[in-house]
Amino acid sequence: MKIVIGEGSCGIAAGAGKVHSALESALGGTQGVDLGLTGCIGMCFLEPIVELRDGETLVRRLVRVSEKDADVIAAAAVSGDLSMLDRLCIQPEDEEFLDKQTRIALRHCGIIDPTGIDEYIACGGYEALKKALLNMTQDQVIEVIKTSGLSGRGGAGFPTWFKWNATRQSPGKKYLICNADEGDPGAFMDRALIESDPHNLIEGMLIAAYAIGSSEAFVYVRAEYPLAIVRLEEAISQAKSRGLLGENILGTDFSCDITIKAGAGAFVCGEETALIESLEGKRGMPRLKPPFPAQKGYKNMPTNINNVETFANVPWIILNGGEAFAAMGNQKSKGTKVFALTGKIKRGGLVEVPMGKTLRDVIFEIGGGMIGKSAFKAVQLGGPSGGCIPADLIDTVIDYSAISATGAIMGSGGMVVLDETTCMVGVARFFLEFTTNESCGKCVHCRIGTKRMKEILERIVKGEGKEGDIELLEELCLAIKDGSLCGLGQSAPNPVLTTIKYFRNEYEEHIRSKHCPAKQCRNLLRYVIDPEVCTGCTACARHCPTSCISGRLKQPHSIDSDKCIRCGMCVSRCKFGAISAE
Amino acid sequence: MSTSGSSDLSLLDGVMSEYSQAPENLITILQKAQDIYGYLPVDVIYYIAQRTGVKPAKIMGVATFYSQFRLEPVGKYLILLCNGTACHVNGSEEIERLIGEKLFIQNGDTTADGLFSLRKVSCLGCCSLSPVMMINDEAYGSLTPEKVIDILDELARNARQEEGL
Repeated sequence: MKIVIGEGSCGIAAGAGKVHSALESALGGTQGVDLGLTGCIGMCFLEPIVELRDGETLVRRLVRVSEKDADVIAAAAVSGDLSMLDRLCIQPEDEEFLDKQTRIALRHCGIIDPTGIDEYIACGGYEALKKALLNMTQDQVIEVIKTSGLSGRGGAGFPTWFKWNATRQSPGKKYLICNADEGDPGAFMDRALIESDPHNLIEGMLIAAYAIGSSEAFVYVRAEYPLAIVRLEEAISQAKSRGLLGENILGTDFSCDITIKAGAGAFVCGEETALIESLEGKRGMPRLKPPFPAQKGYKNMPTNINNVETFANVPWIILNGGEAFAAMGNQKSKGTKVFALTGKIKRGGLVEVPMGKTLRDVIFEIGGGMIGKSAFKAVQLGGPSGGCIPADLIDTVIDYSAISATGAIMGSGGMVVLDETTCMVGVARFFLEFTTNESCGKCVHCRIGTKRMKEILERIVKGEGKEGDIELLEELCLAIKDGSLCGLGQSAPNPVLTTIKYFRNEYEEHIRSKHCPAKQCRNLLRYVIDPEVCTGCTACARHCPTSCISGRLKQPHSIDSDKCIRCGMCVSRCKFGAISAE
Repeated sequence: MSTSGSSDLSLLDGVMSEYSQAPENLITILQKAQDIYGYLPVDVIYYIAQRTGVKPAKIMGVATFYSQFRLEPVGKYLILLCNGTACHVNGSEEIERLIGEKLFIQNGDTTADGLFSLRKVSCLGCCSLSPVMMINDEAYGSLTPEKVIDILDELARNARQEEGL
């Protein structure tokens, strides 16, 4: 029997590390029971997760485990009497979360131990590299990727083979870069892929390096992902010790080294030319394109940049053939896409589905719908560069062109579900605050335009919106799209444009009626006490910081709205639910 | 701005001998320097300039561009409050307001006793536990106002006890 703990960043934040130590001391070196770890199983909503395995077979999956459960788990594993674990076992409907997915990029995540190389090799790891290096020419590798229809999973969806080929054709020393600067708030696919299956990324990168003819590769990882960096560092040294990385890989004349570079916290560095600037030790400010990185990139030499998820698909494609990958998906987009499903969702986590599924499939079939009683309102795709797709477009198909047609973008895979308690103007303001902070400042429209947009949105949520504000926002949006050099500026208006397009009435209600339908904008709220429910216990009045609640003991109280600062303290203090916001 | 200071520059010797030759290593050098000193003191920046040949103004440009770098010392406990989308829709603004009211600091500030610093950061990637904050590399998830108050009180208590010893 083997006990395996899911130890990705999410799991550890939920307490998986403590569970691991507790199990270690509970087992105390008992013979016959091994303790191991794996990466992110993907069911974030059930963390920490502990699995009991018999060889390869999963015997029990235990969820929301705490360190207090360590003794009973250890006892069950030792005695073989698993009935004592019934209360910890995953519910059958939660198993649907994994059962309804198609995992290619995530195929080893939550299964193998990411801290060693052996389990990766045991499940066919580095076989694709062998096949490519020993049996295929560079052109053949590129041809397979072309057949597969693999396109850039970082968001833009550009055909991968085309970039590889362009870099290969350009003269001079070639560089390969993996973009792991996953900056979209609400996205953690790449982090999970690196933490849970680092060798798969290394293998994918090596195949790409071979195809384009590069001997020097970099992984640019966000500094906010310390665990991903550690696991990748370990994996690189393991691969080197097995002759899978470095000089004369697998005895061939192909040599390649991979270096990790930690980012320093700048969203714009997710843009490929800004990333190159940052890699050169400079401020991460985008360059004018053309020349494209495939012509002049790192140190002005031909450079190919792909996202983590793109590389993660490559070994599978080489092993199974381009046709097998292209068989998944629909006419326009091939293969699968990984999403980080979060927000007001019942079952949040990592989801990989074939292209061509609908948003409804992901949110309701896999995600199980909304977490609370509030109804589904919209889904935010693509982070600050993307947009909000409303409930009546829930049957939108997941492919690059169908999603773009809504005004949002596929993006890197952040999928944040919003319900009726989310203010759409507030969401737009949130993203504009983000892009204003992250604009590198090079282009005037992006630097100042986003700031002006943010100011208008702040005015609206404060109840100071004016007639004409919506039109002014739309005008600014178009100007910023036109006047910005890189993707950050060109896409910064998307959250505003899509919320205006689908939720214009919410903007109008804020501006004209000074009312927030989602009851989220503090300045537009009015707290009232229901005299029928109020018992006159005085708890609210005693805790009100501005003493604006009056009333006699055991008599219904009332709030003076002019003095109220809308801190919400009274609501949290009332035991009878008598106070509500209007 | 004074270029001399009280930082022990010899602590950087190892970093310099490994990285100072290539200008593209500047960000790595600054990251390692910040690990050593807790922030980037001005005399350290001038020393790095002297050793790498990169102009001090360029280094300041890089240090101020990236949000990871700090030019001021931080408190004993650095609170990184996640400002990602999932945290936002699950109430991170309330948490920020609460921390501000409790510790009398705003984003970027350090408390007068040097105990706590508050920094809003973009997504920490623990979205399913939102709202989330990270204090000195430990993540705290599913925050509620009560939970935040308990956590801050406990850290303050720990710090007082350590000083008492």
